[in-house]
Amino acid sequence: MTIGPNSRRKSKYEPRQAPGAGGARTSAMIASLDAEGRETVSAPFGNALVELAKTREDIVGLSADLSKYTDMHVFANAYPDRFYQMGMAEQLLFSAAAGMAREGFTPFATTYAVFASRRAYDFIAMAIAEESLPVKIVCALPGLSTGYGPSHQATEDLAIMCGMPNLTVIDPCDATETAQATRAIADHPGPAYMRLLRGKVPDVLGEYGYQFELGKAKTIRDGSDVLFVSSGFMTMRVLDAAAALERDGVSCAVLHSPTIKPLDEETIAREAAKGGRLVVTAENHTIRGGLGDAVGAALMRRGVHVPFRSIALPDEFLDAGALPTLHDQYGLTVEKIAQNVKSWL
Amino acid sequence: MTASPAKEGSNLSLEQRAWGIRRNALLMGEVQGQGYIGQALGAADLLAVSYFHAMDYRPDEPEWEGRDRFYLSIGHYAIALYAAMIEAGILPETEIATYGMDDSRMPMSGMAAYTPGMEITGGSLGHGLGIAVGAALGLKRKNSASFVYNMLSDGELGEGSTWEAVMSAVQWKLDNLIAVVDFNNQQADGPSTAALATGPGTEAAKWEAFGWHAQEVDGNDIPALVAAFDAARNLPEAKPRVIICNTKMCKGIPFLEEREITHFVRVEPDEWQKALALHDTNRPD
Repeated sequence: MTIGPNSRRKSKYEPRQAPGAGGARTSAMIASLDAEGRETVSAPFGNALVELAKTREDIVGLSADLSKYTDMHVFANAYPDRFYQMGMAEQLLFSAAAGMAREGFTPFATTYAVFASRRAYDFIAMAIAEESLPVKIVCALPGLSTGYGPSHQATEDLAIMCGMPNLTVIDPCDATETAQATRAIADHPGPAYMRLLRGKVPDVLGEYGYQFELGKAKTIRDGSDVLFVSSGFMTMRVLDAAAALERDGVSCAVLHSPTIKPLDEETIAREAAKGGRLVVTAENHTIRGGLGDAVGAALMRRGVHVPFRSIALPDEFLDAGALPTLHDQYGLTVEKIAQNVKSWL
Repeated sequence: MTASPAKEGSNLSLEQRAWGIRRNALLMGEVQGQGYIGQALGAADLLAVSYFHAMDYRPDEPEWEGRDRFYLSIGHYAIALYAAMIEAGILPETEIATYGMDDSRMPMSGMAAYTPGMEITGGSLGHGLGIAVGAALGLKRKNSASFVYNMLSDGELGEGSTWEAVMSAVQWKLDNLIAVVDFNNQQADGPSTAALATGPGTEAAKWEAFGWHAQEVDGNDIPALVAAFDAARNLPEAKPRVIICNTKMCKGIPFLEEREITHFVRVEPDEWQKALALHDTNRPD
């Protein structure tokens, strides 16, 4: 039986060969982004939260059986009496976080992005966002950051969450920014959704003297041919692509926009309006309803008419496989970015 | 009927309070020519016991830290809770005529941002008990002696999220959480027992099996409600408590009680005055 539109996928009845020596790659759930040969920092979110909690007694942590896989265990170990295990029950997780916020606490609630965005949406919307309660939703495995298949690939989490009024939506790039954004969302008076990079997280932005500011897009590097507008780990990738393109004589600027909502439309429009540059959005998210659509619409509304392209995941349920294989297949690698940009110039 | 004394300082009996709640609800129903009047009339007794016997609160200071919290999951019962809060002096009687109107503080569905004393935004069912679990945990963190009451409906027991909260409340030994289920056996498409609720005689056993202290009472019998609320509040065991209240839709207005009962009871325009006139002749001594 052939089901659905993914006809390019091989038939499940076609036998496969074992990979040759050195060819084995895994589709395990927890893949690391640290194959980039960079400095990494361990559990930047968990450690930032522990640090913050020293002075912020209102901070409590909750998870739905995923504390170990969202770096919340770091907080739970440091403050066992301030951590609440809610069990494998995401609707409860966010309802209970709302209840704690009602009583004056600032709850950080963690799970995987698929479960928060798809499964618990109504609870986040009505129990938390409708009253703008200060619950901080921090979710691992955003976009395509696991090869486990669609059950764990939150390819549309930004689209879902950006539809929710009152909710601030953040897609941080690296360890430095994850720590800075953790502090920023704790200080933010309303609810926030932050995509989480967990485990050993590459550190990239530190060397640029970068400082996260809620609602601000910032130029990381300047260039005259291409303006990348990117978020999340795709900013790392476009920085590398920019370096590669520079060797080929293409000059690329990188405007990093980690706050997806409220989007820093003013800075994005100002940069795009400088003219003479191809604007390329880059995100770890479906092409529908994420950064690319938001940037494109903002530019149109503001009368900034420039050549425009988007690097994003296709509007499909993605394959299972090793993460590097999938990133290559779906165009998120440095090589594919550079290749595409050259073809667009 | 013997009058049940309300808590100290109240000069009216609980029966008189329930009568007043029903009257307020009928007046609001008349304003809109519709409303969940069947539910309001059915729940008036359990609300009278909640607000005039069990709960501690300050009418002029709805967000007083020491109050018991009352979480109304079922947003469509707002008319019932407004009626009770007007009776309790939390909301002014003078705003009855604004019920459900533009700019009213009493919209048709209960929302926290609109109404003093309305603790949560209900309406999407299956949220209240989970929020109550979080609030009960928060109150314990603050060493507060306050209770969280969550009023649910029988239909709401079909929501899986309710049972996530049921399990968690046991796990966290939430002895400051009291669930009050209005079991009128009527949800939108028909009897709740024809859907997912199991009904009188078996519902309590289900909660007990999860580890709750469960009581099932006639939800229109005020002395029985008083005893159940007292037992729930004074239980020494470290477990959450539920009171399943079997109520009769439209209770107190016989010609409506006898009508074919549906989730949304139809009342003709001239019947509101008829119901009020009848109700006024039945004020308890």
